[in-house]
Amino acid sequence: MPKLNMVQAINLGLAQEMARDDSVIVMGEDVGVDGGVFRVTDQLIEKFGAERVLDTPLAESAILGSAIGMALAGLRPVAEMQFSGFSYLMLAQWEGHASRYRARTLGQFTVPLVVRMPFGGGVRALEHHSESREAYYAHTPGSKVLIPSGPRNARALIVAAIRDPDPVVFMEPKHSYRAFREEVPEAEEVGKIGKAQLVQEGNDLTVISWGAMMRPTRKAVAAVTEQRGAGIEVIDLLTIAPMDAGAVVASVTKTGRCVVVQEAPRSFSVASEIIALLNDEALLYLEAPVKRLTGYDVVTPYFGREKSYIPTVGRIVRGIEETLDF
Amino acid sequence: MPRKQIAQFEVPYLQILDAQGQIDPQLDPQLPTDELLRIYRWMVLARATDQRMLKLQRQGRIGTFGPSTGQEAISVAAACAMGDDDWFVGAFRELGGRLVRGEPLTSPYLFYNGYEEGNLQPESSRQRLLPINIIVASQCLHAVGIGYALKYRQERAAAVAFMGDGATSEGDFHEALNFAAVWQAPVVFISQNNQWAISMPREQQTRSQTLAQKGIAYEMPSIQIDGNDALACYVAVREALQRAYDGGGPTFIEAVTYRLMMHTTADDPGRYRTSAEEDEWWQQEPLGRLRTYLTAKKIWDDDQEEALQTEIKAEVDQAVVEFEAMGNFLPDIPFDHVYGTRHASIEQQRREFLTNLEQEAGDA
Repeated sequence: MPKLNMVQAINLGLAQEMARDDSVIVMGEDVGVDGGVFRVTDQLIEKFGAERVLDTPLAESAILGSAIGMALAGLRPVAEMQFSGFSYLMLAQWEGHASRYRARTLGQFTVPLVVRMPFGGGVRALEHHSESREAYYAHTPGSKVLIPSGPRNARALIVAAIRDPDPVVFMEPKHSYRAFREEVPEAEEVGKIGKAQLVQEGNDLTVISWGAMMRPTRKAVAAVTEQRGAGIEVIDLLTIAPMDAGAVVASVTKTGRCVVVQEAPRSFSVASEIIALLNDEALLYLEAPVKRLTGYDVVTPYFGREKSYIPTVGRIVRGIEETLDF
Repeated sequence: MPRKQIAQFEVPYLQILDAQGQIDPQLDPQLPTDELLRIYRWMVLARATDQRMLKLQRQGRIGTFGPSTGQEAISVAAACAMGDDDWFVGAFRELGGRLVRGEPLTSPYLFYNGYEEGNLQPESSRQRLLPINIIVASQCLHAVGIGYALKYRQERAAAVAFMGDGATSEGDFHEALNFAAVWQAPVVFISQNNQWAISMPREQQTRSQTLAQKGIAYEMPSIQIDGNDALACYVAVREALQRAYDGGGPTFIEAVTYRLMMHTTADDPGRYRTSAEEDEWWQQEPLGRLRTYLTAKKIWDDDQEEALQTEIKAEVDQAVVEFEAMGNFLPDIPFDHVYGTRHASIEQQRREFLTNLEQEAGDA
């Protein structure tokens, strides 16, 4: 199996789906000749032509709005927002149309499309290039929100997103784009939307995270496991919405302790939602308060200060230990 | 009713100083010597700063930035034509103009090294210089609101908004032009048409023959100018400002220029354009032609040029030294500015942040 980084893995998934289904169209700013500013769509225009790989004018609302039209008419557009920080220009089209076409027409019209967007911090980028705002999209009913954490699941999930009958926001943690490689099979692999991945089993505590935070989380878990011999269960959420409530509840019901790690600000967030879920479904099994290790409720600082605002391995280790010792 | 023409439009073009630095004597605005030399000096300083930043970026001493080399004429000339009461509403390729408006020479380094302190304007300035704006075209609307406020307060002033060629595809751009025209707001919109929006060439960005004609659709005086000709830039902006001051509403200026460098330092133009094209535009860049003109006018010579280059190198060196000596960036500053007043939950998170920071120092 070839070892690919996340950029190459998503590129593989896109190319394979385009080869398999001629209704798949890739579109966005600089996705064609330039191959995308992160090269996720590299070579697609050479392989599939400019009719299927559209270098669009600079207009995010127009990209999503026209993708909705394509989807209504039977195509499967995969639109790129160059950075999630520019995606808010298309929020009106997302909230007002993409997420609700199915509901407002009682299923007669649907918009199977994917919006890909790099997001998250830690890459010394300019303003608006570092935020984690998955909660915006997850909060909108009708939206499916996926966040891969590594090359292999990124490839499997982009394929699943393209084939899904509903609009999907596919958020790519850019800190993980080239951070590591994994074996990614040439043969088709289709991820399961709505399914979390049980990364590691354990009986003493559950750690839940997603995206770029999975790496520091796994390092922290390895450190605590080594120091204390604790059995820690690790869940990679993968799908933010609709969330795999069953996996979360089953795990915490078993372990009785839970830590959630997210890069996004704390209030009104995905971590808050997980805690609310556990309050609904697992309260009487809890032996400690569920801890959130998150970003802070501040405007994401420019990169000079950004690093200390993202949860670190040390902070996650301490959070796990406090929860174990409660 | 017969079919007939009910509206006809023209797009004027202005160039005063051609690519060889030859002036059209009929159009010579007869700017005073000190104003000409002032414009030239700012352009040279902007170029030197831009090139130094490129070096620092390659050495890892600042982060990603978008150079403005080759585009000095329009923002510098516009800023020189502006009055103190006017507002400068930039995008991110107006380094020269920002410096003219009083931005400290250390600020670009600070901004591109990841510190909000790079957005701070000196207390002494009237602070009518908005920070760098990255979300394409969004600032155009702010300029409209500022223009409205100036009109409402009966100030004899205008807002000058900059945007690129790609920005003219954004909804915000069109909404801004429409609002400005409907309100007859004192706004000067300047599109720096530098031919490329990252990898998207101008002719694929829009089918329109000119960008200038987009302003005509909103019923505002619109003009295309040679954006590498500092004199044309100066004259066009001055005329637009005068119109705005006199209650004549907004103007749209398409300044034709070229992005001689990469979009940002993270970009590789070799993927989408030829170096032959770049070479061709280097022949038309704005500094050389202005110098040729100043020399022909006998208000500039090689000795003065050499002295200026030495002086500006020292100035840039000094700014880098000052920038690199700055070290007191308190880590918890972001908590100070979430809201205008302190809030208990934010303060609680600040304490938590500082504790985490202390513990993380021990982790290292």
